[in-house]
Amino acid sequence: MTFHPAMDYGRGRHQSARALPEAGPAFVFTAERRAKLEEICARYPPDRRKSAILAALYLAQEQQGHITLNAMRHVAEVIGCTPAQVEDVVSFYTMFYTRPVGRHVLQVCRTLSCALMGAERVTEELARVLGVEPGGTDAAGEFTLLEVECLGACDRAPVVGVNDHWHECHRPEDARALVDGLRGKGTAVLSGCYLNVDKA
Amino acid sequence: MDLLLTQHIREPGAHTLDFYVKQGGYRALKKALGMTPAAVIDAVKASGLRGRGGAGFPTGMKWGFVDQTSGKPRYLCCNADESEPGTFKDHVLMERNPHLMFEGCLIGCHAIGAKVAYIYIRGEFAHVQDVLEAELAHARRAGYVGTNILGMGFDCEIHLHRGAGAYEAGEETALIESLEGKRAQPRLKPPFPAVEGLYGCPTAVNNVETLCNVPLIIERGAEWFAAIGPEKNTGPKLFCVSGHVRRPGTYEAPMTVTLHDLVYDAKFAGGIRDGRALKAVIPGGSSVPVLLPDQIHVAASFDAIAQAGSLLGSAGIIVMDDSTCMVWAAQNLLHFYTHESCGKCTPCREGGDWLHRILGKIERGEGQMKDLDLLLSISDNILGKTLCAFGDAAATPVLSTVKLFRAEYEAHIREGRCTVPAPWRSSAKAMAHGA
Repeated sequence: MTFHPAMDYGRGRHQSARALPEAGPAFVFTAERRAKLEEICARYPPDRRKSAILAALYLAQEQQGHITLNAMRHVAEVIGCTPAQVEDVVSFYTMFYTRPVGRHVLQVCRTLSCALMGAERVTEELARVLGVEPGGTDAAGEFTLLEVECLGACDRAPVVGVNDHWHECHRPEDARALVDGLRGKGTAVLSGCYLNVDKA
Repeated sequence: MDLLLTQHIREPGAHTLDFYVKQGGYRALKKALGMTPAAVIDAVKASGLRGRGGAGFPTGMKWGFVDQTSGKPRYLCCNADESEPGTFKDHVLMERNPHLMFEGCLIGCHAIGAKVAYIYIRGEFAHVQDVLEAELAHARRAGYVGTNILGMGFDCEIHLHRGAGAYEAGEETALIESLEGKRAQPRLKPPFPAVEGLYGCPTAVNNVETLCNVPLIIERGAEWFAAIGPEKNTGPKLFCVSGHVRRPGTYEAPMTVTLHDLVYDAKFAGGIRDGRALKAVIPGGSSVPVLLPDQIHVAASFDAIAQAGSLLGSAGIIVMDDSTCMVWAAQNLLHFYTHESCGKCTPCREGGDWLHRILGKIERGEGQMKDLDLLLSISDNILGKTLCAFGDAAATPVLSTVKLFRAEYEAHIREGRCTVPAPWRSSAKAMAHGA
């Protein structure tokens, strides 16, 4: 069955692939994070704890840097659903990492408005400076370079997300300055969101 | 016209409760709570307010559809999953004028009889969420959110719900799925959310900018609101201009403003950068058809842009100058749609990927003339054949660029190379992004 008469299914592109992440070390939420999760669960009806899966996964990722199989199992237990339901969610959303990532995750927006302003070259220069391909992490575990889809700051293109922070109007030739700045001063070097005039 | 939504956004402290209350904030809520829910809905209907998320559906009508007879709780969801490429208006409103959105949520809850509103904010907006969390806490302490609001016997909670990176979560039923803790995949409709939405209960899903207009309507009257802008396209509107313009940004104007003015007028984006010539404009976020320079002398309203052959959509205006290769642009967008397809419907999941691969082939100079017909045929097999509008959105950049720039596609194929290379692109990239 095909949706189009000329569709070619013969090149192995259409096989489903399920790659389970590593089990990782034993995982239990810290008491503080567990309490935070219960606080979030209270936002939903008592029989709808599953609504807090995304929040629970963020907490797991915050605690461990990425999400392992054991973390998923623990989330399932705490939320009251099956590990498969948690895996279903983890594998869908792009902001959950199932592999270790660097301390700084650089996310270059690659969609049209940023691309028109040179995002392709931004990625190219960052890759050159870091010595990693997009998707990769440097040997020291300091930086991960990712290309992401539209971040919603197209008027300040090109935009580079750095973990939960933003760096706007980043020129390709400033790749070295950004990387060195993050090494030396951390997220203080980021432009942040220009709208936040109070912080400026 | 005075600015109504973005008047104070550049003033220090504009996002705080004190500032908002000093400007007359939460007066509309008080007025609304003194009205019956039906009267609030009637006012919103009479104002002509249309949804600002993309579809332009009348908000009052949407609220009127919310089933009041089921005996189940009712919910309001504020769609803050702003992800349409080229769109960044809700971002501005939330970060600089969050209490306007809260007030809109509360009035909306009163109108449909909901006790809880969820604001679904995209995961990437962590810095915006910080602002919202803090301001929500202030509003709660001051008695604008919670129980017995303003001493008027109205109970209503507002909660934030953080997404985790999924464009599809902006579709209203996918948003509801995601709120329920599942993959953000759309539901078969009907039943519409107004009947069976969040947790199977009647639900209204409204965009941030839409809800931000509601306090204005209540406070200053439906007639006043309806007098702003052209008939059936009423009220203030935020336009996001990005791409090759001198002053990209969010601009507020009534929908009488023309696309041409938004791109060229010094009050707005100020023209094409480096004195280059305009090549194409996408007027409503990446999902709508491309317009040529001679097509933008139309009002930037839902109806006028539809008449010109495109859509106002989310009012994300992406401007491309003559250094832009349209095959490359289409390929860039299809990369987006392929990546973001939720995978539920075969035409979108398989078709998007296939379109992207063919575009990559043509861009690399390996295309054949028959590929053009195949592009159109695949697009036609996606259009209208998916559960949500995503499929149409993915096919649109291909259909509209092949239609308007066929000669450019043919030149790529004939000459076996990209005929419009630009210095701001990477040459290695064209290879890496192919099949």
